[in-house]
Amino acid sequence: MSHQGNEPATDRPPVTADVSPPDAVLEDVGTRQWRIAGLRLNASSLRAYTMLFALIAIWLFFQWATEGIFLGPRNFSNLFKQMAVTGVLAVGMLLVIVAGQIDLSVGSVVGLAGGVAAMTQGWGLVPSLASAIVIGIVIGAVQGGLVAYANIPAFIVTLGGMLAWRGVILRWSEGATIPVRLPFFRSLGIDFVAPIIGLALAVLAVAALIWLTLRRAALRRHHGLPAQGIPASIARVAVPALLFFAFVYMMNTQGGVPIPVVVLLAVALAGAFLTQNTTFGRYLYAIGGNPDAARLSGINLRRQILLSFCLLGTLVGVASLLHTARVGSASPDAGTWMELDAIAACVIGGTSLMGGRGTVVGAMLGALIMASLDNGMSLENVQNSTQYIIKGVVLVAAVGFDMLGRRKG
Amino acid sequence: MSLMEMRGITKTFPGVRALDGVSFDLRRGELHALVGENGAGKSTLMKVLGGVYPHGSYGGEILIDGEVRRFQSVREAEAAGIAVIFQELSLIKDLSIGENIFMGRAPRRFGVIRWEELYSRAQKLLDELRLPLDPRTPVGQLGIGQQQLVEIAKALSQEARILVLDEPTAALTDAEVETLFRILTSLRKRGVGMVYISHKLGEVFRMSDRITVLRDGRTVGTERTSELDEARVIARMVGREVGDIFPEASHERGATVFEVRDMRVEDPNVRGKMLVDGVSFSVRKGEVLGVAGLMGAGRSDLLMAVFGAHVGRTSGEVYVEGERVEIKRPSDAIRKGIGFVTEDRKRFGLVLEQTILNNMTLAGLRRLSGQFFTNVESEAAAGERAMKDLHVKANSVFTVAGTLSGGNQQKVVLAKWLLTNPKVLFLDEPTRGIDVGAKQEIYGHINRLAGEGLAIVLVSSELPEVLGLSDRVLVLHEGRVTGEFKRAEATPEAVMACATGHGLRAVEANPSGGRR
Repeated sequence: MSHQGNEPATDRPPVTADVSPPDAVLEDVGTRQWRIAGLRLNASSLRAYTMLFALIAIWLFFQWATEGIFLGPRNFSNLFKQMAVTGVLAVGMLLVIVAGQIDLSVGSVVGLAGGVAAMTQGWGLVPSLASAIVIGIVIGAVQGGLVAYANIPAFIVTLGGMLAWRGVILRWSEGATIPVRLPFFRSLGIDFVAPIIGLALAVLAVAALIWLTLRRAALRRHHGLPAQGIPASIARVAVPALLFFAFVYMMNTQGGVPIPVVVLLAVALAGAFLTQNTTFGRYLYAIGGNPDAARLSGINLRRQILLSFCLLGTLVGVASLLHTARVGSASPDAGTWMELDAIAACVIGGTSLMGGRGTVVGAMLGALIMASLDNGMSLENVQNSTQYIIKGVVLVAAVGFDMLGRRKG
Repeated sequence: MSLMEMRGITKTFPGVRALDGVSFDLRRGELHALVGENGAGKSTLMKVLGGVYPHGSYGGEILIDGEVRRFQSVREAEAAGIAVIFQELSLIKDLSIGENIFMGRAPRRFGVIRWEELYSRAQKLLDELRLPLDPRTPVGQLGIGQQQLVEIAKALSQEARILVLDEPTAALTDAEVETLFRILTSLRKRGVGMVYISHKLGEVFRMSDRITVLRDGRTVGTERTSELDEARVIARMVGREVGDIFPEASHERGATVFEVRDMRVEDPNVRGKMLVDGVSFSVRKGEVLGVAGLMGAGRSDLLMAVFGAHVGRTSGEVYVEGERVEIKRPSDAIRKGIGFVTEDRKRFGLVLEQTILNNMTLAGLRRLSGQFFTNVESEAAAGERAMKDLHVKANSVFTVAGTLSGGNQQKVVLAKWLLTNPKVLFLDEPTRGIDVGAKQEIYGHINRLAGEGLAIVLVSSELPEVLGLSDRVLVLHEGRVTGEFKRAEATPEAVMACATGHGLRAVEANPSGGRR
């Protein structure tokens, strides 16, 4: 054990524990840590599971209350279509919230970007769609710039934006509602991808999953880390694969996967990758968790924050197109309350408004819970007033449970 | 009869037995020191006493004046005359000193606060403690040391008979420490019993009547201070005899790798006031340069400025391996091979809610992982190596950093900077608030790293640490270099003389700026 100093030429032995606790403990740790890592993963996903159970409970309740309509293929397809806009916004909102910021202007920008897209239809399809995205990015850059470089709190900047951008679209549209005339634009909101393409996408996704699992195993071998068990690996592929195919099958009975849902899935996938597998994502969590430590670790806080607002802006542009296309027209009050839906989705999904904590998967669950409540209560003809009350209670209760769980832990 | 007695206190947290049958007592007018490594259970024991953990959540019993008490809350413990001043102060920064002292107990009539009475009573308390403060001053305007004294005033206003001080001098200047000690001495005369938790054994021996050592949640022993010495206390704390805690180092010094010329930093809050005023220094490969100085001498400001992280206006030239480098922000410094183990690891060093691994790789992420995409496997491999090299005690690299002890957190911060592959490493208060065992380990790492050719700049408020580890010592006073010593010449007296601005060597070492 103590031949460290006597053999200068040889490599240091891998485990050199010359202080208490004795070697046995460390070696034990060496074999156990990946299992512990798995446990840790479970602990931190505990909340996600709670939300999953809440979602299942909500689904079962409405399934019973609507006598089987709620989870029927037709409504199931509708449910996801309704969730698409909030879901896309929630992915963008998550990036901003994780960095410790907030954006209250999202709803107004949806109205503005959607309105401009509708107004510019005369220029052709591509300019019309692009204008919405560009407006989203530009507004994101302006607001993000004010937050990051002028040190104005995001709450204030975007509260101002919420008012100002709504004013802009009211003025430009002169209060009029503009119909969507371009067929492709319209189809973004109401059409489906062909069943065979949906199936192909599912196959592609499963193939990617298998490739990722194999690559991971190879990397672990390469770095001399203990391998994950084969049953676990198979479960990691098989369970999602089964869900993918069941989902596509169900959608295909209704004509295919709705285009907005495909867009949402793509955005969520990109968001999950961005937050979990890029340096940008890692830096966002560090900034939200401890801005001082992040800055001293060489992270350019301003650029990161600006970028996160720009990414959110891009997704706001996308969401405005989906929303306008689904409704079939752009009205100047489109998008009202959407920022709150997006924030609520993130928070229900376990995102901390203090920054540093939250996942795309959680935000998607949150968005799905919100959409399920909306959809189910509408099916049951629950009054609008009651719907608001219930949604408010659910939001507060979700965070309340989270706090309760954390105090115990 | 004891003023307070704790018998067989046992407290368990999920998976950990924090206290295991601890007994502790306190007499009237006594200062009883409680020492032990971090994680030994000192703070937990005091939280039991202070009602933070209600009766029923721990085993054993607490007697006050010989009577068994079962506190359900902090409030009940306070009512029994127990005041605990924790390391994290509980004052509200935007409220005045007076409001803080009488928080929740303000004198009032018909529910309306009587401000005149509140402030005159607060003034009287401050006068009694001989603190020259206006009770109307917002607490946020006070230095951390004065805040600590206000906490004590608050405890006295509650007529506390049992005062618990948890690391009270950690953030105090020498002058403030003296004020604190003067107050403690007068409290002792009044018959207040005090529990004094500290890592600084010098203070403990100076102030205490008895010393109790805790180790791993058990009492190792309680003895009169006069019957103990530092070496024996340390041995009891760590459970082994400690020789010289500073390993003898003979670093093979090479060429100058790092040089700073004429660094100046302006106080961002006070125009024209210089925090650092024309400091120059250089470090060789494998050399440890100690920077000594009192609080406010500009040591941390100097490092922050060189690192491109100071908020004030800075000027000066930095050379790495003889080449002039432009450092505008920390990322520039990191790229040029400068690492910076900052002070106050919880505030500046760690993202506490994230894993050890994410913290370790934060500064060197692009180097370890990839420019745009992260590679957890290669990060984990590097992180595990660092964890073994530095003996970080944790279940795995995926343990959350906030759950670690202070010493292990500090090692994680050190690992973070070593993983940036630096040529020169700044260490600012690398052992503050960590236990003796962990300190000794950190010292070992510093020597090992210097031996491997790293140039090290070490800032520390603990003079023995600077003198014990450095090959050369630079002394700062009010932003200027007032002395420079080789290891052999650096005596505590000489260094302290320069640090207080009375150095004779000031003229020799710094002919241009020594005496004005």
